[in-house]
Amino acid sequence: MSEIEVQISNQLGDFDLDVAFSVPAVGVTALFGSSGSGKTSVLRTIAGLERPPQGLVRISEEVWQDHRRFLPPHRRALGYVFQEASLFPHLSVRRNLEYGMRRVAEKQRLIAFHDVVELLGIAGLLKRETHKLSGGERQRVAIARALLTSPKLLLMDEPLSALDHGAKQLILPYLESLHDEFGIPSIYVSHDPNEVARLADRMVLLDQGKVIASGDAANLLTRLDLPLSGYGDASAFLEGTVSSHDNSYHLTWISLQGNRVAVPREDLPVGRHARVQIQARDVSLAIRAHSDTSILNILPARVIDTHDINPTQMLVRLELEDGQTLLSRITRRSAMGMGIHEGMMLYAQVKSVALLA
Amino acid sequence: MKPLTIILLTILLSVTNAAAEEVTIAIAANFTDVARILAKRFEQQTGHATRISYGSTGKLYSQIEHGAPFEVFLAADRARPQKAEKEGLAVTGSGFVYARGKLVLWSLKESLFEQGERYLNEGDFHHLALANPKTAPYGLAAQQVMQHLGILERTRPRLVRGDSIAQTFQFVATGNAEAGFVALAQIKAWPGENGSLWEIPESYYAPIDQAAVLLNKGRDNPAAYAFLDFLKSGEAKQVIQTYGYGVE
Amino acid sequence: MDFDWQPVWLTLKLAGTTTVLLLIIGTPIAWWLARTHVWYKQALAAVVALPLVLPPTVLGFYLLIMLAPDGPVGQLTQAMGIGTLPFTFEGLVFASVLYSLPFAVQPLQNAFEALGPRPMEVASTLRASPWDRFLTVVIPLARPGFLTAAVLCFAHTIGEFGVVLMIGGNIPGETKVLSVAIYDHVESLEYGQAHLLAAGMLAFSFLVLMTLYLVNGRYTRSHRP
Repeated sequence: MSEIEVQISNQLGDFDLDVAFSVPAVGVTALFGSSGSGKTSVLRTIAGLERPPQGLVRISEEVWQDHRRFLPPHRRALGYVFQEASLFPHLSVRRNLEYGMRRVAEKQRLIAFHDVVELLGIAGLLKRETHKLSGGERQRVAIARALLTSPKLLLMDEPLSALDHGAKQLILPYLESLHDEFGIPSIYVSHDPNEVARLADRMVLLDQGKVIASGDAANLLTRLDLPLSGYGDASAFLEGTVSSHDNSYHLTWISLQGNRVAVPREDLPVGRHARVQIQARDVSLAIRAHSDTSILNILPARVIDTHDINPTQMLVRLELEDGQTLLSRITRRSAMGMGIHEGMMLYAQVKSVALLA
Repeated sequence: MKPLTIILLTILLSVTNAAAEEVTIAIAANFTDVARILAKRFEQQTGHATRISYGSTGKLYSQIEHGAPFEVFLAADRARPQKAEKEGLAVTGSGFVYARGKLVLWSLKESLFEQGERYLNEGDFHHLALANPKTAPYGLAAQQVMQHLGILERTRPRLVRGDSIAQTFQFVATGNAEAGFVALAQIKAWPGENGSLWEIPESYYAPIDQAAVLLNKGRDNPAAYAFLDFLKSGEAKQVIQTYGYGVE
Repeated sequence: MDFDWQPVWLTLKLAGTTTVLLLIIGTPIAWWLARTHVWYKQALAAVVALPLVLPPTVLGFYLLIMLAPDGPVGQLTQAMGIGTLPFTFEGLVFASVLYSLPFAVQPLQNAFEALGPRPMEVASTLRASPWDRFLTVVIPLARPGFLTAAVLCFAHTIGEFGVVLMIGGNIPGETKVLSVAIYDHVESLEYGQAHLLAAGMLAFSFLVLMTLYLVNGRYTRSHRP
């Protein structure tokens, strides 16, 4: 099976980077961690921009670095999107896009200029000078520029972090569609769980230069033993399909294998894959299924474990019937009153569900 | 008279007395080495002190023109002291020739020539150095020598001109010019190898007379008169000769 | 008055040749200085800057010794079959290159340092080889630095005097450049000729400098990041 294998051992001042992971060479893998966790160093090493004394970088059968060889960045079939767009100021948008493309043999160009420009919505910008673009536009051009080298691996270093919230929301759909359209495996560096939840299939969690966990993104994001994004705002991410639309109440139902949740009406084809986010604070628990409640989404679930956030509140991790995980934030007093314990069956009442894609 | 006034007057008198015994002299740079010896002997003999500025004759002259505090002027030519007298910067009739420069053909290479005249006639060299005839007396003399030998025109493309006789000497001393017209005094002061040397007959060029003159500022300074007298003494003449100059 | 154009052309030829050579030689030195972090880097930067400190006549004297038939450079040039350099146009070029080296290296080094490593990294992830990215990214982005270096080298060479006087030998058509010719005229009291040449040199230099600054200013304005 083709996979991406990375092993890095490097001493950077008093910072020890000691990272090893192996992930399938499909879909999006998030390199997740707080700032200073070493995630950018890992990405730069994969690209060959940094050269640790000991390292292994292998993409399927291609070895980019091992103990005896080191391929310089320009000989690696990769695309790299930097934190700031870093467009060449002396070239127009079109010339920026063509810069990498022209340096790839015509036979190896698998991605058409037109397609990329269309997908990222930058057809109208081609003749512009780069300094006249907005932040979001620049980053879209940078992504397109990287894609046009037809990379075997797309590396993205927090491409959204320099953008404001509005620009982020505008550009996220483009990123989401990248994988579906071009099928290029990506490694995406981020410290934002929401971004990871929306974009990543898998994640590698870094802390102080070490891998502390890796695996399925939705699963990792709900693991109570991992320091993800502050427990108070914890969320669960569920995979499902669009099952039906309720036009009279303006709802769209998402099916989660046997159960279903409602989100505000979205114009999506029935049967399409959908990812939803459910915040722990929007989930309350009940021993019995209530029909006398305003809450639409009621899901049977089993308690996996619990974790105290503070003296007042706790998180409860639940397993749904289809095996996916849900988080609930309740008071410790309620938990005691309900007698919550591992393996207990109960009903999760979900007040609000956000559709991600 | 109050005691304080007496003290002040005493100081004032002693100061003027000391100033009367010091002479400020402007000396052409090519004469530096000799001037140091001469000044020392002069001071030992007379008890007067000297203060000396060295520079090119032209620059010293323009400083004198603009009121520099020199009392005696030892130039590298005859024209400037004469001009000083004519312009009223110097005491009329005080000028005299204190040294006559001797032009030599010199090369760093020991066996380059036995007879300089033949060497010049054969013309087997890439570069022949001389001082700029327009600005340096030794350069003018060198040009006259070549005219005398009838080789000026055919040598011209290979002539390299130093801005001063000092620079001309550097061209030859570093071996960049095979030979050059320099001053005998420079050879005397040169600590390196003797090389090849031809003392050019003085009949081949107009005399390179160096004249001294008493400037107006030194008119009332006994030390200035004393220095000029010393310059004419047999002892001084002997020193000057030792350093490669002719004397009258 | 019979005007002698030779020193003018000679000076332009010297300044032009020196500038071109200095951009070629100064670029790798400046690049190295801007990119390297070895302990002896500052020592080398100081060596490059030395001509700023040395009086031209001192530099000229050392050159005279180095370039002499038995000097280290002189022996090299003779072994290469180009003879010795003093009193030749090539010698003046050599001296001017050395003398103006800091004027080429320092603006270029500043320009390269201001670029930072990022543009080169971006280009390398876009499949550009080191040489390729230098030509297509560094040179265009460092253009103001190149212009400044060229202007300074050109102007400095035109105004150069001490070194040229020392190793040139004042040979008409070969080493008698404008500044030496002006000096010559002044020393021999030919003030008319001197004024003419000096005024011409001033006017020309002013025009060249102003033109280049205008071009540079326009470029910088349009490429503000």
